[in-house]
Amino acid sequence: MERQIKVLVTKIGLDGHDRGARVVASSFRNAGMEVIYTSPWQKIEDVVNITLQEDVDIVAISSLAYDHLIVPKLIEALQSEGLGDKKVLVGGIIPREDEEMLLNAGVKKIFHPGETLDSIVEYVENIMGKTSMK
Amino acid sequence: MKKIKQDNYQQWSKEYQKMRGVPAEQDLKYNLSGIPIKPIYTAHDIKEETLSYPGEYPYTRGLYPTMYRGRGWSRRQLIGLDTPERFNERQREMIKAGSNAVSLIFCNSFYRGYDADAVDPLLVGTCGTPINTIEDMEIAFDQIPIDKISIALNDPIGFTGLAMLLVIADRRGIPYSKITGTSNQSDFISHFVANHMFYRISLEGSLKILLDHIKYTNKYVPNWNPVSIVGQHMQQAGATPAQALAFTISTGITYIEETLKQGLLIDTFAPRFTFFYDISISMFEEIAKFRAGRRIWAKLLKERFGAKDPRSLRFKFHGQTSGAELTRQQPLNNIVRVTIQAMAGILGGAQSLHTDSYDEALGTPIEEAARIAINTQNILAEESGIADVIDPIGGSYYLERLTDQMEEEVWGYIQKIDEMGGMLEAVRKGYVQKVIGESAEKYQRQVDSNQKVIVGVNKYQIDESEDKRPNLTRVDQKLVQKHLKRLENFKNRRDKSKVDEALSRIVSATNNDELNIFEETILAVSVGCTHGEIIETLRKCYGFGHPNIV
Repeated sequence: MERQIKVLVTKIGLDGHDRGARVVASSFRNAGMEVIYTSPWQKIEDVVNITLQEDVDIVAISSLAYDHLIVPKLIEALQSEGLGDKKVLVGGIIPREDEEMLLNAGVKKIFHPGETLDSIVEYVENIMGKTSMK
Repeated sequence: MKKIKQDNYQQWSKEYQKMRGVPAEQDLKYNLSGIPIKPIYTAHDIKEETLSYPGEYPYTRGLYPTMYRGRGWSRRQLIGLDTPERFNERQREMIKAGSNAVSLIFCNSFYRGYDADAVDPLLVGTCGTPINTIEDMEIAFDQIPIDKISIALNDPIGFTGLAMLLVIADRRGIPYSKITGTSNQSDFISHFVANHMFYRISLEGSLKILLDHIKYTNKYVPNWNPVSIVGQHMQQAGATPAQALAFTISTGITYIEETLKQGLLIDTFAPRFTFFYDISISMFEEIAKFRAGRRIWAKLLKERFGAKDPRSLRFKFHGQTSGAELTRQQPLNNIVRVTIQAMAGILGGAQSLHTDSYDEALGTPIEEAARIAINTQNILAEESGIADVIDPIGGSYYLERLTDQMEEEVWGYIQKIDEMGGMLEAVRKGYVQKVIGESAEKYQRQVDSNQKVIVGVNKYQIDESEDKRPNLTRVDQKLVQKHLKRLENFKNRRDKSKVDEALSRIVSATNNDELNIFEETILAVSVGCTHGEIIETLRKCYGFGHPNIV
């Protein structure tokens, strides 16, 4: 049986602007995925714990105010808990200058303003589809 | 009213239907607030009511008889740079460039209630200025004439920013009555429902902190506006212009009722209530929003609260052009968007205006973008003639009808919230949060389905892989380290026993109605308590505030 895609939508760091995170979480839910949505300001260890306990497939981080700068630290923490296979997506205000840094750190994909909700959902379905066919 | 001489509406209507295939009355568009918009408005659409004059109840055409002929709006640019030194430098440049008011944005760690040494160094100074101590504040306001310029502090409940400013006034020998400005982020309800950037303390605790702040400034800082009710958060979070207006007015009702319970008389404090709104690109709708807001507030204050002083009836607002509408794609287009938004604010009769920089969807503004933003206001104010005539679009059939419709729409929400038991109850139940969330999603769906066009995003896109975007200013980690070192030295230098005593006095004030939390906060910052220590103390006493988000 096909497993439901499980997504964690969260914000780390200090900023709490969560309109984008909430709208994206709700479209994952509407697309039939199981969504865990946390309030903003999660600590890196909180995200690692939820990822571990809930066994999510996708960790989607929304960042509008530089919190993306600590995403590499999150990925390191996930890897050291043996969760390196989780796909980390980042969406929001991500300056061009930081894209390479994030991708090198292991971020699977960066979504910028202007992305449609459908294309974000489609992207997640695609990468999960490919994974399950392996 | 003028008689309509010859009415050819029927004939026009026939022509219209022939060309469009639908009757004009059914050929509707909808604005952001969901109000149906017809293709034309005529004398038939407006009430038989004569418009009042500016400065005359209910202030539809403006709060003052002279409006911008007498005094222009304040060109108030929000500034927050990564260190107090850099804030000071930029602020002094902006004053030279024409800004006549200061607005200090604190950094994210401040808004979360922490000092710089309690967060990841990579995040220190992001989005604003780290102010931890009175020493930081003195650097930020060095050579800025705090008795001659209006100061907006983005200072959430706790009000450590104003406490520090007052200590600076003491040290410079300036009486508190000379300090003018606004606590821009005092509206904790808006933080619960729409902006989760700020630390939150339980609703009950937040209310006591706010009321003490109102009482203290009412008595000792008479020219300070302790309350700014923030529709900007709500609209940025997705509320429609009508919803943002309604929810702020309901919030205002709650704050007034609670302040009255403290024994203050309406005309002693209501004149110091102000509002802060988002201005979207939906120009006529925004102008109607502000005109309707003035009317509703005046009627409420007069009829519901029995205010007699005309100053109590005045709906004074600061407007900020909408950042959520700015695009990352083809960012120079944002200059045009900001111009239209700013025009809506001016035509809507704003007392004070912030124009966004075109690069705000990319990061913290570069200096050139900040200069263009203030020059957008300078050009509108001094080249375009837009401010030469008071309420220049007043009397337009469309605008007058839209103002009426906006007013009706808003009264509907206000009544609903009254029935729920007021804004605090509506927030506890999650009602306001739910409405805002639904509107945000609806808007995004319209953009995604191209029903709502955003140039460069879902229409007229170009390949931007090669485009030249401005280089971003980054927080300099060397400056962060210097800031952290200064904080460490400051903490080592101060008299620890005085700090502990001041914090325990704040604790006492939290559960004693005879003691004033804000008064104790001024004392606390003067003996060296840090922002983080004060907020932590309040948070421990009152508990964390959990918004009910559904």
